[in-house]
Amino acid sequence: MQAGAGCFSIPFDVPPYRLSGAVYGALLNHRSALAVLGDAVFRPPYDAPPHAPVLFIKPRNTLAASGSVVMIPAGTSELEVGASLGLVIGRTACRVSESRALDYVAGYLIVADVSIPHSNYHRPSVRFKARDGYCPLGPAVTARAAVANPDALAIRTYLDGALMQTASTADLIRPAARLLADVTDFMTLAPGDVLALGAAGPAPRVSSGGIVTIEIDGLGSLRNPFMEAPA
Amino acid sequence: MMRARVAYAGAIHDATPAPLPQSQSSQSPGHEDLQLADGRVVAAEDVVWLPPFEPGTVIALGLNYADHAKELAFKAQDEPLVFLKGPGTLLGHRGVTRRPSGVKFMHYECELAVVIGRTAKQVARSQALAHVAGYCIANDYAVRDYLENWYRPNLRAKNRDGGTVLGPWFVDAADVADPANLGLRTFVNGHLTQTGNTRDMISDIPHLIEYLSAFMTLLPGDVILTGTPEGVVNVMPGDVVACEIDGLGRLVNTIAADDVFGR
Repeated sequence: MQAGAGCFSIPFDVPPYRLSGAVYGALLNHRSALAVLGDAVFRPPYDAPPHAPVLFIKPRNTLAASGSVVMIPAGTSELEVGASLGLVIGRTACRVSESRALDYVAGYLIVADVSIPHSNYHRPSVRFKARDGYCPLGPAVTARAAVANPDALAIRTYLDGALMQTASTADLIRPAARLLADVTDFMTLAPGDVLALGAAGPAPRVSSGGIVTIEIDGLGSLRNPFMEAPA
Repeated sequence: MMRARVAYAGAIHDATPAPLPQSQSSQSPGHEDLQLADGRVVAAEDVVWLPPFEPGTVIALGLNYADHAKELAFKAQDEPLVFLKGPGTLLGHRGVTRRPSGVKFMHYECELAVVIGRTAKQVARSQALAHVAGYCIANDYAVRDYLENWYRPNLRAKNRDGGTVLGPWFVDAADVADPANLGLRTFVNGHLTQTGNTRDMISDIPHLIEYLSAFMTLLPGDVILTGTPEGVVNVMPGDVVACEIDGLGRLVNTIAADDVFGR
């Protein structure tokens, strides 16, 4: 994996489980996340619910391991943490069919999409999501064969040990195979690329001093402290 | 110094413009013969041109020229309109980009690409250009039919396979006297369709590096596509699109229909 701004590595760092450094994710792909917006999806500036997958990119400076500290910038009191199942691509995936899509997956990991909270999703600034260290992922890549059904995994998010959110991959608008089929219709995914399937809403918030732990059945847990950046 | 990365005869090579015979002017715009690092001289059409450096994070600007923003009826902006692109979208010189059947408006965007050469974290404007390794031409296609109102510009419109063309040359920063005064031109099938000058950027290069490096560490190989001026027009299968920037060369790309891609 390409070195990020921080020192980043995760266990199981061998092909086909080695990450390329490219991390994509879907937003508003969990029914609860879209439900938070209610009827606003029909009004300006959106005018209609999303048609194609709503995708974001986490650049290499954002990638971080379990345990790394996430910095809260001055002037911001809380960050949002979108807890998601991530697919690790095992072989070049271009125009894959839904029925064969999971054949292209090498394994799974936990992805935390950290953001500065923002209420407008029309054209939000990348400075909300692309800050250094704002994409902890891991703790390791779990091989595909070890996960019986990626569409029935519980995702639990804890703040300082207290359960804040429970979600399931069973409630995704586009489950793993469908999302892979729709995404690879226009953008090829390469071995080691990560595709996060989408977090539930509303996203838990964390302030300075908090420790967020995300657990997914069979994948272990991702644990990251959050700290106010020095002025 | 101008450098290319090309595939030729079973390997990937670094290459430079081939020395010209004494009788020819070095300014000949069509001149693209290459000299590989091993000494061989090859013709432009005999190699596969790759992006001329290994790109890291690809950062792009929307509406960074006042005239183009006006063309698309945009209001004044609070901060630069930045979006990100993935590695799968990159393509080299003389490549082929697919136009999906049934779309109404697919257009090129000729842009100055700024390649970072030194790690940049919280860099002040006055120090910004010292973090630039060099420049190249980018042609950043958009399929406007796919634009939706969620997290614009959405990836289906702006991050398509083969939709971000870079090259032909990587030109060292030391060889670009003033990146804030470079003419840009796009030709479609030889007809001039777009002209502009980098002096008309809303956020200039030092400002973009200062703005970005305030929240994200820029690393060597990261590249900033600095936006396009007005003059974007629809392109169709078979069209040859050539983007020129003063001193950086001429980046050529051909549009192809679905059938070429087995669709």
